[in-house]
Amino acid sequence: MNRETFAQHNGHRTTAFLTDSTLCIGCKACEVACKEWNDVAADGFEWSGHSYDNTGSVGASSWRHVKFVEHEPEPGSGGNAADLSSWGFSSDVCKHCEVAGCLEACPTGAIVRTEFGGVYVQPDVCNGCSYCVVACPFGVVQKNLDDGRAFKCTFCYDRQKAELEPACAKACPTESIKFGEIESLRNQAQERLEELHDRGMNDAQLYDPRDTSVGGLHAFFIVRGDPRQYNLPPKPEVPTTYLRDGWRASAIGSGMLLAGALLAFLASPRTARERSERR
Amino acid sequence: MNADPLVSPRRERTPDAASEARLLEIRQGAKQRGKVAEQGIRPEGAPFPVASPETGYYGIHLLKEPQWTAEIPLYFFTGGAAGSAAVIGAMADWLGKDPGLASRARWIAFGGALASSALLIRDLGRPERFLNMLRIFKMQSPMSVGAWTLAAFGGSSAASVFAKAAERRFGDRFAVRMIGNLGQFFSALLGLPLHNYTGVLIGATAIPVWNKNIQTLPIHFGASGVQAGVSLLELMGHSNSRALNLLGIGSALWESWEGAHLESRGETELQPLKTGASGAVTRTGGLMSGPAALVLRLLAAASSGNKSQKFRRAAAACGVIGSLLTRYGWIQAGHASARDWRLPLDIPDSRKTQDYGEAISDTPRSRVS
Repeated sequence: MNRETFAQHNGHRTTAFLTDSTLCIGCKACEVACKEWNDVAADGFEWSGHSYDNTGSVGASSWRHVKFVEHEPEPGSGGNAADLSSWGFSSDVCKHCEVAGCLEACPTGAIVRTEFGGVYVQPDVCNGCSYCVVACPFGVVQKNLDDGRAFKCTFCYDRQKAELEPACAKACPTESIKFGEIESLRNQAQERLEELHDRGMNDAQLYDPRDTSVGGLHAFFIVRGDPRQYNLPPKPEVPTTYLRDGWRASAIGSGMLLAGALLAFLASPRTARERSERR
Repeated sequence: MNADPLVSPRRERTPDAASEARLLEIRQGAKQRGKVAEQGIRPEGAPFPVASPETGYYGIHLLKEPQWTAEIPLYFFTGGAAGSAAVIGAMADWLGKDPGLASRARWIAFGGALASSALLIRDLGRPERFLNMLRIFKMQSPMSVGAWTLAAFGGSSAASVFAKAAERRFGDRFAVRMIGNLGQFFSALLGLPLHNYTGVLIGATAIPVWNKNIQTLPIHFGASGVQAGVSLLELMGHSNSRALNLLGIGSALWESWEGAHLESRGETELQPLKTGASGAVTRTGGLMSGPAALVLRLLAAASSGNKSQKFRRAAAACGVIGSLLTRYGWIQAGHASARDWRLPLDIPDSRKTQDYGEAISDTPRSRVS
């Protein structure tokens, strides 16, 4: 679906990002547009030494992050000349999981699912308990220590309400970041994969872990090769899957304390001193 | 890392013609300047460093480190001690065993609840919004369950303490006694989850060393809480109580078993409990609240008089310090675990393969093709 038809579209639909790293040129316009639109402050100017990636990861102050994956030269089928390194770029973002760890963990209800299906931290509710930080299997959401609240990609909730695409997608010069209705984007991703495979890029694949407890993403990625080189985990799990075991252990432990205290006091006879104390 | 003080992102923004034109400008700029016309050079040794399935993404860890302050492990300690003390004290009272101990336990429960609330609020990024914790109740969030448990526990232990004080001051009245009994009942009932839910809290996260231990962490933390509660009661003058020593022996036995269990397992996720600073702290904590406390308590039970008292007080000191170290150690282990970039990517550590080769081959790792 192109931008015009989206803008004309009324009513709420479930939206998604398809980030096609085979189209990304590593210009970081998405990072710039995101920071500008959302008024997220700069991270300072530090060279990481990791290719051209000086952002490192998504976090409280970087909601889009372009990854630079360098390889030995791979001439042909999308590779470079024989004497130059091969480069893969991919713009990372909050995955807006179908079952979101941060949303499940949030004790205040600050993190909600919007009418567009995205995961949104309401800044006027968040009290900065930072439990979402350890609940995200993708390490996305982070507390801004100067501000005290947790921040991450809002999926440009404000722009989506105005029926506009997110700032990163709008600024992307190669349409590597595609935005639209989730099912049509999934179809589009399959078509694109077939096209890439036909062109000999057999290592191109879609990263959208729908068979894990995360249940699929609202921001999926076309990457080449092993997704782990893009820091994409093979088996992300939403931490609520551990709850049943945890509460069972808690119940067993409580039973042990109760029984232990009962037995301990039954086993200790009332002393004469204690008898006299109890009037 | 942040050079500039961060401005809080604005809440919401209304797009207008200027904002849209600016985004298009960024796009145009990227289009024009993003194109590199030159052929480029290949520096000697390039490409470096290389991202690969074996090295992950430059070894940058995917998971974020916990951002809790030092107040949180201290809260694990105070909450564990307060919850356990409430249960122990109520049991003594119900069985008519040791009124002095029951009264002291009530105060530990009440004071512990106050301290716990203060510590939790201090940790918040926006402490003035602490009441938002009780905005909703959410069963699937251990943080929400814990906040409600602590709030209700605090209320009932306060009722229990003040009713007892009122009874002493104004005499035995039915209404006051009812409030006191109800307060004590609920304080004990809620003390049960309060004394060990923090194990669920950190176990149900994405941090590997924590979630790998979800089946034992709540009992481990519970035993640590009992140890702390018992030890505090003893240090406050109840080192005669045989029941407390029995409870201390029970929890020290459990902590010894837990330590042996952790040491016997070879999963790579458990490395932070065995190596580095976090390993040193958890091991020391485990030794103090496990075998050390156990031996001292058995010696106390076997001896009598002054000697026995000395052993009891030493055991109690061990119990308090061991419990504190255990909480801090586990949080530190969580930091180390989050920094281990291999774990979420399911990449075996080649350096550790030699040392723990057996353990790694025990758990076949799936690879993404």
